[in-house]
Amino acid sequence: MHVRIPFAMTTLAAGLLSAAQVNANSVDLTMYYPVSVGGALTDVIDNLVAEFENEYPDINVEAIYAGNYDDTRVRAMSAIEAGDAPQLSVLFSIDLYELIEQNAIVAFDDLIETDEEREWLDSFYPGLMENGQLDGKTYGIPFQRSTIVLFWNKDAFEAAGLDPETPPENWEEMAEMAATIREASNGDQWGVMVPSTGYPYWMFQAFAFQNGHRLMSDDGTEVYFNDPAAIEALEYWVSLTTEHNAMPDGTIEWGTLRQNFLEASTAMMWHTTGNLTAVRNEATFDFGVAMLPMNTQRGSPTGGGNFYIFEDASEEEQRAAMTFIRWMTAPERAAAWSIETGYMGVSPAAYETDALQNYVEEFSPAAVARDQLEHGTAELSTYQGGRVRRALDNAVQAALTGQMTPEEALNQAQREAEGVLRRYAR
Amino acid sequence: MKSVTAKSKTYAPRPDYFSIPALETVAAWLLAIIWIFPLLYAFWAAFHPPAYMVRFDLFAPLTLDNFKNAWAQAPFARYYLNTFTLVTGVVFAQFVVCTLAAFAFARFPIPGKNVLFMLVLIQLFVFPEVLIVENYRIASELGLINTITGIGLPYVASAFGIFLLRQTFKTIPRELEDAARIEGCNWLEILWKVYVPLAKPTYLAYGLVSISHHWNNFLWPLVVTNSVESRPLTVGLGVFSAPETGVNWATVSAATLLSIAPLLVAFLLFQRQFVQSFLRAGIR
Amino acid sequence: MAEMTSHRRMQLYGALLLLPAAVLLATFAYLPTITTVINSLFLPGFRGAPAEFVGLENYQLLFDDPTFWKVARNNLIYAIGTIPTSIALALGMALFVNGKLRGRGFVRMAYFTPTILPMIAAANIWMFFYAPQIGLFNKLLGALGFSGVNWLGDPSMALGSVIVMSVWKEAGFFMIFYLAALQGIAPELKEASDLEGTSRWSFFWRVTFPLLMPTTLFVLINALINAVRVVDHLFILTKGGPNNATNLLLYYVYENAFSFFDRTTAATITVVILLVLAVVATVKFTILDRRTHYQ
Repeated sequence: MHVRIPFAMTTLAAGLLSAAQVNANSVDLTMYYPVSVGGALTDVIDNLVAEFENEYPDINVEAIYAGNYDDTRVRAMSAIEAGDAPQLSVLFSIDLYELIEQNAIVAFDDLIETDEEREWLDSFYPGLMENGQLDGKTYGIPFQRSTIVLFWNKDAFEAAGLDPETPPENWEEMAEMAATIREASNGDQWGVMVPSTGYPYWMFQAFAFQNGHRLMSDDGTEVYFNDPAAIEALEYWVSLTTEHNAMPDGTIEWGTLRQNFLEASTAMMWHTTGNLTAVRNEATFDFGVAMLPMNTQRGSPTGGGNFYIFEDASEEEQRAAMTFIRWMTAPERAAAWSIETGYMGVSPAAYETDALQNYVEEFSPAAVARDQLEHGTAELSTYQGGRVRRALDNAVQAALTGQMTPEEALNQAQREAEGVLRRYAR
Repeated sequence: MKSVTAKSKTYAPRPDYFSIPALETVAAWLLAIIWIFPLLYAFWAAFHPPAYMVRFDLFAPLTLDNFKNAWAQAPFARYYLNTFTLVTGVVFAQFVVCTLAAFAFARFPIPGKNVLFMLVLIQLFVFPEVLIVENYRIASELGLINTITGIGLPYVASAFGIFLLRQTFKTIPRELEDAARIEGCNWLEILWKVYVPLAKPTYLAYGLVSISHHWNNFLWPLVVTNSVESRPLTVGLGVFSAPETGVNWATVSAATLLSIAPLLVAFLLFQRQFVQSFLRAGIR
Repeated sequence: MAEMTSHRRMQLYGALLLLPAAVLLATFAYLPTITTVINSLFLPGFRGAPAEFVGLENYQLLFDDPTFWKVARNNLIYAIGTIPTSIALALGMALFVNGKLRGRGFVRMAYFTPTILPMIAAANIWMFFYAPQIGLFNKLLGALGFSGVNWLGDPSMALGSVIVMSVWKEAGFFMIFYLAALQGIAPELKEASDLEGTSRWSFFWRVTFPLLMPTTLFVLINALINAVRVVDHLFILTKGGPNNATNLLLYYVYENAFSFFDRTTAATITVVILLVLAVVATVKFTILDRRTHYQ
């Protein structure tokens, strides 16, 4: 807290100055943003905003924390409907189609004026841009972005007679290692947990992609849930419980999983990189972070939130929002943000900053998400995304809880999704 | 429909008639301990370091850090203010609107009164949160989204309040009204000087029930609020502690206690009034 | 003539007094009820096209949707699971607290306290109990040598777990109505039966329970309404999952309206809920109000 007072003071001073001098030119921006991982991220955002306002006294940003990704989308959409639209927001990267369908957002290409800005637009990792682009235009700028990584408890590996420095390379190894740990602990500890509430479709995408399969088309109008490769992927996930006895029965809660890992009730977990810093701060044992294991190829979907600028904002507000977004995604900030949270530095330049270079050197897990990015795929994103994702979520949960076979479940999800997407076929 | 309150004024045990043998005492206590346990557990978790969340240890160190964390991580002060504004505003507005309507139903010759009254009673079943989609649209058209007024307004014309006050007003003898009229009071003065004072216990009962209801209400406020400026405690708590945020449990416990504390303390201090009020208000 | 005008004026005053309540009720109860019904008969236009009247087609679609039936069934099970249990517990609690009992004040407080907590807070606390592996219930089971249960993650357990929490939250509320009713029973009845040597058990079934019937019906109506209207805990505990195992009607409405932006389906389900409530209301106004004899 003691850091904040000078912030507040300087902001206040700057505010007074600007009020006196450039009152007529000051712009007020409202921004909704989500938090979906542990840690006091709201504090980090507040501090960044204060710093920005300090540097740009003419622009006031009100950052509103609105819950998880779904809540934030609902809040932003409802504000738009009520005629009180925010000028910009951080929303789920996969909300793209819904936002476009509602005519809510503008393309950054249409806002760009200078070559410098064009350069900025091209400065991000292409893998992180995929979810934000449609028909050659960019609507979403990567901000709190993640991939799924494997966290492993080195102490638990050692106790089970495994090499604590070697995480599983592929599916087979992961199943074997997990089963070994389970056995060695006499049933006290599970081998691996993959969360299946919250964002089950996301985890499933990783399995499917590792099996060489992409679940949707590029234009968001088709899905391929019941492809044999997808079925095989879900079968593997289910087999971790049924065959290898390495993962507990039923669904695994996204929110409490980190706690499970920290309590050592599982030796491995799949989770977002966004949890990295929180795990690092709280773990009482030695842990490592690795890329997810592969089957036919490595892979993880990207995830997380993008910046969007809204249609209803005035031109002046949109320009101010651009300024803010550029400032927030500049390499130094992206680096600081990554260090504070575990989310990725969104551009190669961020990893070239001294801060992040030093951090990666001292704490190598911080680079895993970046290294995995070359094996990344876009997160599941379609028209009617809410329903389509829910169909897949239900299928995954039905299979994991033994209500249906993976094949039945995915066939049903495919039918449901096709029904929903019928009107959108191009 | 009439109230049983007359017979339930006291809690004093009836002497001997229902004396309870030892086995039942044990059962009663066991049940009581089970019932209060979740709350005690939340207390325990909130005052101990996170590591003790799942490891019970009588000598675990006490700490206030969880409260500090919760307080720092979410704007609880603002949430308190919002809830407080909401609850006061709603109760005040309900008193005014329901008093007027109840007075009309109790004393005025309105054509089709019984049908109208039945129409009002429908709202006992069709409450604002069932019509969440349309009420949201209406609130949106009235510019009430993300305002405290928007949270409270749909509840102001409470069928329940109208019913309760009408019952009470009907029991007030006409002679008192006539006496006031002879003294030259007009209708509003009669209402204010005769009816309202005599209905005080009903106001207290209805007020307490309404306060607890709106302090605890969640679904409609969730839908109608967008930001910290209007979010009440329940929604703030829901947003803060939704499992996917992965906020650590001890902090969630502390946040939970923070949001229930004022009502809980009020309840513990004024237990009798609370129970009486729920009772009086419940029988309808 | 003067008489007439005064009567007229009374009518006018009465109408004016009713006006604020009437406007508010119209805005937030009657009007939305009507528009909900209307919306359920239209299909919204696709990409800017105007809405189209489709009659009962939306209902047809809803009734063809297995998820809807699952959710409706869940709600029925939820009602059957919560109502009799909480009523029985409430009655038991009231009998305990009504008698001579050491520490009666504390016991009564313990029973009643969950009632004044917000559902959200209660769900937060129970989340710690239900969490697999590290939650309290499984720690206790583990200590007794049983393997843990995935309370909220196993579709066959999840709804039951949600029901248990609801019963905990509700029983104390119903208790106070029984308590009041019990205190209204004339002590002479007990004295007389003691003279006859009737056992406490048969006294309860032959005298107390029938006398409590009006209270039971009253509590039943309240419990039914709550089974439809209170879904707050789902936001924390399960979000309706796994695979809709704990989804309830009102939560499903919320999901359709605010997660899927499908207001039409939401309106159609809302009409179904309104019909259910209409049945409850009819039962209350016709049967219950006629049969009860509070005083």
